[in-house]
Amino acid sequence: MAEDARTREFVEYVQSGGQVEATDWMPDEYRKRLVKFIEMHANSELMGVLPERDWILRAPTLQRKLALTAKIQDEVGHAQLIYRVVEDLGKPREACLDDLVAGKAKFHNVFHYPTRSWGDVGVIAWLVDAAAIVSQKALLKTSYAPYARIMKRVCWEESFHILHGRDVVLAMVNGTESQRELVQEALDRWWKPLMMFHGTPVPAEDDPMYFWRIKSQANEEARQEFLDGYVDQILELGLTIPDPKLRRNALGVWEYTEPDWDELMAVVSGHGPASAERIAFRKLSRSEVDWVSRVVLAEAA
Amino acid sequence: MPDLVFEVFRQERKGKPLEHAGSFRAPDERAAEIYAREFYGRRHESEALWLVPRSAVHAIGDFPEEFDKSYRRVDGYSLRAQLREARERAGTAESAPGGRAT
Amino acid sequence: MSERTDRLLQIADDELFLGWRDSEWTGIAPFLEEDVAFSSIAQNEIGHARALYELAAAELGTTADELAFDRRPDEYRCAPLVQLRRLEWARTIARRWLYETADEIRLDALKRSVDPEIAGIAAKMDREEAYHRMHAEMWVDRLLATKEGSTRLDEAVDELWPYALGVLDDELRPELRRRVEERLGRTLSEVEAVPRTLHEAELAELWKEMTVVRRSEPAGSQW
Repeated sequence: MAEDARTREFVEYVQSGGQVEATDWMPDEYRKRLVKFIEMHANSELMGVLPERDWILRAPTLQRKLALTAKIQDEVGHAQLIYRVVEDLGKPREACLDDLVAGKAKFHNVFHYPTRSWGDVGVIAWLVDAAAIVSQKALLKTSYAPYARIMKRVCWEESFHILHGRDVVLAMVNGTESQRELVQEALDRWWKPLMMFHGTPVPAEDDPMYFWRIKSQANEEARQEFLDGYVDQILELGLTIPDPKLRRNALGVWEYTEPDWDELMAVVSGHGPASAERIAFRKLSRSEVDWVSRVVLAEAA
Repeated sequence: MPDLVFEVFRQERKGKPLEHAGSFRAPDERAAEIYAREFYGRRHESEALWLVPRSAVHAIGDFPEEFDKSYRRVDGYSLRAQLREARERAGTAESAPGGRAT
Repeated sequence: MSERTDRLLQIADDELFLGWRDSEWTGIAPFLEEDVAFSSIAQNEIGHARALYELAAAELGTTADELAFDRRPDEYRCAPLVQLRRLEWARTIARRWLYETADEIRLDALKRSVDPEIAGIAAKMDREEAYHRMHAEMWVDRLLATKEGSTRLDEAVDELWPYALGVLDDELRPELRRRVEERLGRTLSEVEAVPRTLHEAELAELWKEMTVVRRSEPAGSQW
């Protein structure tokens, strides 16, 4: 069968809900986009560890220390699961990590920002993970079956994170005035990155990821779902959202101040406030354990 | 950096079948056991785990069906018309519950 | 404070600080699978600390968190071994292994305690630490199997050896030496054990960071 006809058949197949396995034939473009998308996801899970790591050491109770360590452990586990999917598509994990520390690979905007207080810990675990789970739930229907399967486990684990995050926020909101302020201040800083999290409002029909059904949800749809789910939960705690334009219109659609999409592009390609520092940290921690891989490989040989 | 890929099969509860749950890398079987416990058991979510080196998995994916083999399956049988005739002959057509074919 | 409580705090503080140190590897361990496994070990240790603190807290009329966070650095009873900040893999493995070896000897004795609570918690800890030992043994084997690995391990063990001895009471130290020397196949030098009463500078640093959020609010605040 001619390549175009085969590709057309493939497109029809995925667009009507068909799923693809690692060993199935797939058009080159599909494979390329798939690898890029999934690799970015894996990188994001791995880089997502860094903003939160510092706070493991500073957690104010034993339970919080355990919960936060477990959450970050989960993120590392997710990175592992997702890199495995990329590997089975042909790009070894080592190559992904090389690209990451060389600043050549992308990862989600939210992990390019600094964390400043325990308030951030609550807000990130609650709202950043909530934003992520909206996308991840949509990925349960991705056309690439191995990816869909691990998304099941990822979603299951992320649901604990959101509870943990909300618990941390609630304890502070019900605590002292300064604790409440800490949460509000963190929310003030994280709101913009959260609004950018789901990406530009490119319509589904113009989004190549949607064309191939790698994504099964348009970016704006995801953002609206996030706002539907969480704005009320935030407001009911007496917190304020730092966007005066944010409101649900008569059609039930959320209106908000348009994010600066140029900023998103800059951040995601490594020019965020904490990007360079985090990539440098990854590079350093990787080179410090280079000798371990030598020993491990030599011993296994 | 570890070299071998291990496939993990997981049993969620006693009596349930083991299902494929994912894969991970480990230098050897000894490490694989240690890592599998943490990956698929740290929440006590698994009753049992089977670890299989990927090299031991023999995958089969092609099943030609050139000729009609439906006689081996339920969908190869249709009794509706014959049942209707038999009931009519026996005069039991009206009392057959809901006019079901089976 | 009774001797029992003192003993509980010693072990709890050991587990707490070692768990704190080990948790520093979360996200930056040599490879991802090891990262996940190592983080579980760190969490287990803190879990042990919590259980031990709860026993002590019952006697002292306080809470586990208060014992874990609200004492002054000089009031902690942990061994110097766990206070050291050694974010280097060979030293991390050496410390894990030396600590688990010492702890196994310590727990063996405690499991035979006439105090059912102590015996009970020692048995529970021992059952979990069996997996820690499996992990440490695997890494020791792995490092010893190559020239580069065994050089690094030997250096690390030699550096940490005086501290390791300090984890145990006098009468249990010969047993530790016997086990370590047998495993490594060499004799370790005669050294002075670093006693429990000697606190490393790193402890105060760790305590400061560990309590920075907690101390930002009045005692008794909810987190």
